[in-house]
Amino acid sequence: MREALCCRTGRMIFVMTLALALAGCATTGLPTAHEEPARHSISEFSDQRFAEVYDPWEEFNRNMYRFNYYFDKYLFLPLVSGYEFATPTILQERISSFYRNLGEVKNLTNSLFQLKGEESATTFARFLTNSTLGLGGLFDPATAFGLERHEQDFGKTLGYWGVDSGPYLVLPIFGPSSLRDTGGLAVDSAINYGIYTAIDPFGFTGNSFPIDTGITALGVVDARHQQSFRYYESGYPFEYYMVRFFYHKMREIESGRPLSAD
Amino acid sequence: MKHLRLLFIVCLVLLPLPTSAADEDYGYPLTGSYEATILGTPVDMIPLFPAKTPTRQLVLDVIPGRIKPPIFFYDEGLRCTFAYQKKKAPLVFLIAGTGGSDRAPKLMNMMKALHQAGFHVITLPSSTNTNFIVSASQNRVPGNLPEDAADIYRVMEAAWQQIQADIEVSSFHLGGYSLGAGHAAFVAKLDEERKIFNFRRVLMINPPVSLYNSMARIEEMLKQIPGGSRKQGVFFNKMLSRFSLFYRYGNFVAINDDFLYAMYTEELFSREETAGLIGLTFRISLAGMIFSSDVMTNSGYVVPKNRVLHHTDPLFDYFLVSTHLSFFDYFNEHFYPHFLKLQPGLTKQALIDLSSLKSIEGYLKSSTKFGMMTNENDFILTRAELDYLRDLFGERGKIYPRGGHLGNLEYKDNLTYMVNFFKQGGTAP
Repeated sequence: MREALCCRTGRMIFVMTLALALAGCATTGLPTAHEEPARHSISEFSDQRFAEVYDPWEEFNRNMYRFNYYFDKYLFLPLVSGYEFATPTILQERISSFYRNLGEVKNLTNSLFQLKGEESATTFARFLTNSTLGLGGLFDPATAFGLERHEQDFGKTLGYWGVDSGPYLVLPIFGPSSLRDTGGLAVDSAINYGIYTAIDPFGFTGNSFPIDTGITALGVVDARHQQSFRYYESGYPFEYYMVRFFYHKMREIESGRPLSAD
Repeated sequence: MKHLRLLFIVCLVLLPLPTSAADEDYGYPLTGSYEATILGTPVDMIPLFPAKTPTRQLVLDVIPGRIKPPIFFYDEGLRCTFAYQKKKAPLVFLIAGTGGSDRAPKLMNMMKALHQAGFHVITLPSSTNTNFIVSASQNRVPGNLPEDAADIYRVMEAAWQQIQADIEVSSFHLGGYSLGAGHAAFVAKLDEERKIFNFRRVLMINPPVSLYNSMARIEEMLKQIPGGSRKQGVFFNKMLSRFSLFYRYGNFVAINDDFLYAMYTEELFSREETAGLIGLTFRISLAGMIFSSDVMTNSGYVVPKNRVLHHTDPLFDYFLVSTHLSFFDYFNEHFYPHFLKLQPGLTKQALIDLSSLKSIEGYLKSSTKFGMMTNENDFILTRAELDYLRDLFGERGKIYPRGGHLGNLEYKDNLTYMVNFFKQGGTAP
């Protein structure tokens, strides 16, 4: 969920959703009957805690997690289903490929920020290959040539330079994140926006605003289409904690600096 | 989070051993039982399915008027996934294994394979999945196979009722894996009396012989870690940091198949540690069942009695407590007392025996509709239990030389065998 989604529409939705989500929370019901202690409690175990993540804003996050569920259910997923129904699979794949290719810009800037020469060269070669031979990113011949994709973003860049992830944070629509990664997302979006505005590929049409908005919107739908995660689908009552743990650990591992073998 | 499943698999990771075991023509590559169980089938050995399988989600009101605690606010009914054909076709019900939802990855691949071969398919969550406990379990205490089977049967009837106007069905079939295979046997038995579906073919994949014994064997695996299961947190943290370090020392692009393979070849975890990780994964799955059953029965087992949990109330301590409880704790302190109350004088042994295939072995032996698939090295079975299955099913059983517990389920040969089994619907094997 974190990927893609940017700029104008994003900002507007963000404000709206925040307001809605906050309106929806609060309320903790009153216990109706007298509570009795449970047969087993945490105090009887002298073990290390595990799979836990620093999450001082859990209440906010759990509200947001629920909000995302409803947002998905009533708006986002119906939109994605409509898109999947109306578009042939072949076209969907080309569209995904197109946006993934655009995402290479973010991968490239961030591998440069991390001074990773070889990786930057690979990513740049990928972008060039797929933009030309791959017909503007509709196809991905670069992978077949052995050029591996390296996912990068500014959150990882910060992590690479030693910035701690900070508290866990569930963002509206984007989903699991952290304080650091949220900052990273903002920076990546700003860079994307800057580059896009500078190039202004549809400026000559005199209608660039509706076209840009359309491209962004399709990107948002495509991002959700590619993401198979569904809130509360696992039927596991501790799903929130599992998602939190996996997200945090993945990010920590993938943004860490490689260690030398000695 | 697309790597969620991958990491889940990994977190629990594995793997020493293998080589040799030069087995005939069976091409499933992982020879060790534990590694097969954790790594499953390599992606390029899973058949390629069409990009789209037409499916619909069914949300069933199986127990009208069921009151659902606010913590399960998102549960709107029992969820099944229904993959349909546009023409008349046989319908297969598939039941998930322990903890699995109706969209468990293994279940989805079985569904796609059958749908591609021309079947309607309905997948059902395990009776141990929270969705089932909340929305479909009469007694809210899962694990008693005959009672679970009655619940599952009710779900099947509700599902059928909802879709029968939309599709044409030529015959009904049934399948399940792991605990779901045990359920399939008891559901088929029940169907002989109720006769709603008259199942033609029933396939059991990696079934336990005795549920209790199999659970005990998995618990045994956790005992192999230092300090046993009471120190599983220490163990988990140690394994996790080794895992992280391994990634950072290697030059990996991401936590992907290459990384997993490297972990496998480098033998990052010892055999005992791998066993411990499987045991711990099982505990994590069981924890969901314990918590949900407790909330639904208001038993005061891990959640204080009469406490009403809301959607933002912290649950993490319940997670830690529940994962520290063993299957035996659940059995002795929650499961057995529940059934004893309903049936005074019931002994533990009698309750254990109820959930064993041996309690219906006459039926299983004589009915030609059954088929069974398992593996020589499935660790939920003892040698004696494997021999028992071999005897019980004879020609109707297919025993693969390797694959651990469910590791080879998605392997192309296995899926082909499954599809062909159902294709023979109606005729004796």
